[in-house]
Amino acid sequence: MKWLLNNWDQVLLALGQHVAIALTSLAIAFAISLPVGIVAARKPIVFRTAITATGILYTVPTLAFLALLIPVVGLGRTNAIICMVAFSLMIMIRNIAVAIRGVPQEIVDAARGMGMSAREILARIELPLAAPVVVAGLRIASVTVISVAVVAAYVNGGGLGTLIFAGISNDHAPKIWTGALCACALAVAADLALAGAERRLRRRTLA
Amino acid sequence: MLLEAWHFVLERPDRFIAALATHLALSAAALGLAAAIAIPLGIRIASRERAALAVIGAANIGRTLPSLAVLALAMPLLGTGFAPSLFALTLLALPPVLLNTYAGIRHVDEDVIDAARGMGMSARQILGKVQLPIAMPVIFAGLRTAAVQVISGAVLAAYIGGGGLGDFITAGIAMMAVPQLLVGAIPATALAIGTDQLFGYLQRRMTPAGLAERAA
Repeated sequence: MKWLLNNWDQVLLALGQHVAIALTSLAIAFAISLPVGIVAARKPIVFRTAITATGILYTVPTLAFLALLIPVVGLGRTNAIICMVAFSLMIMIRNIAVAIRGVPQEIVDAARGMGMSAREILARIELPLAAPVVVAGLRIASVTVISVAVVAAYVNGGGLGTLIFAGISNDHAPKIWTGALCACALAVAADLALAGAERRLRRRTLA
Repeated sequence: MLLEAWHFVLERPDRFIAALATHLALSAAALGLAAAIAIPLGIRIASRERAALAVIGAANIGRTLPSLAVLALAMPLLGTGFAPSLFALTLLALPPVLLNTYAGIRHVDEDVIDAARGMGMSARQILGKVQLPIAMPVIFAGLRTAAVQVISGAVLAAYIGGGGLGDFITAGIAMMAVPQLLVGAIPATALAIGTDQLFGYLQRRMTPAGLAERAA
């Protein structure tokens, strides 16, 4: 506790880095997953292929993934972000596709009957109704990404893991406690915040 | 690079086999312990609403905790080595098995249980002959998630002296020796993907014939 009070600037910096790389990765992963998910919702073969391929990425142990990227991109933030994006893809694509498929056919038919184009149906009917399930995917992905980011400190990705690794190598328990507990708190906070967002969206789409 | 990695293994086969054996032992023990705790617990709380609320809440929080953070916390508390790693990995494997056991048992159709009761089955028979077989695919899905997570986590156990394939990766990164880190990373990846496939197969095998037909 004393260590934390004396070094709060260092902890805050690590926390800031952690959040920054997590958000960057989630944004990139979402930008890739949205179009893939939309296509996968309509074409079962695209769904199966995308889920199988990204599912394999998802299974690879985090540290092994980061290590396998070293010969390709070296150490650093790029390595960390690629790994985090790869881990999010399966969750995001699956949820986006399943969410869009879950929109009742009658509603889509009604929209078509009102003269909406396919693009309008997607933007104004399907995506808004799919939002709660998409956010549920975002929730799992953000918890995953926060967890991966802890390990990514080992390949110089920065973030809270830096404190943990420094603590382990110097045998300095307060650093380990601070880094590990902050990482846990961040993961739980992100989970709760997105769970709240998911509930609110669900209520809105039902109303 | 791959060739160099291969030579690295050939030059010290016992070190590689020892690391692989530790990795497997650590993973299997953690998964076994987690299953031995979480499956009976999941069954117990399935019929106790109040207890379930607390346990499920705890499991949901446990599921979000970063693996490395849990492993790192084991170190100041329990020191380094195999036992603290085993403790942390067991802790990480509990939530998926527990949540799936609970969900699997809870989702057994109430009518099916009534029918079993009507046939004169005791509560224990209903559990063993009706609820568990029907819940098995869901329980196995939880074991599958936990198994992959434990194998990934065991790679990280190298940081707290747990041994395993992670040792090659951390040493390889520290010395920037790419062949050496591949010696850890490639088998660890293969192990995770292989385990996932194996449990996927077991999950299908464990599905009672009647349920499998309905799904098809």
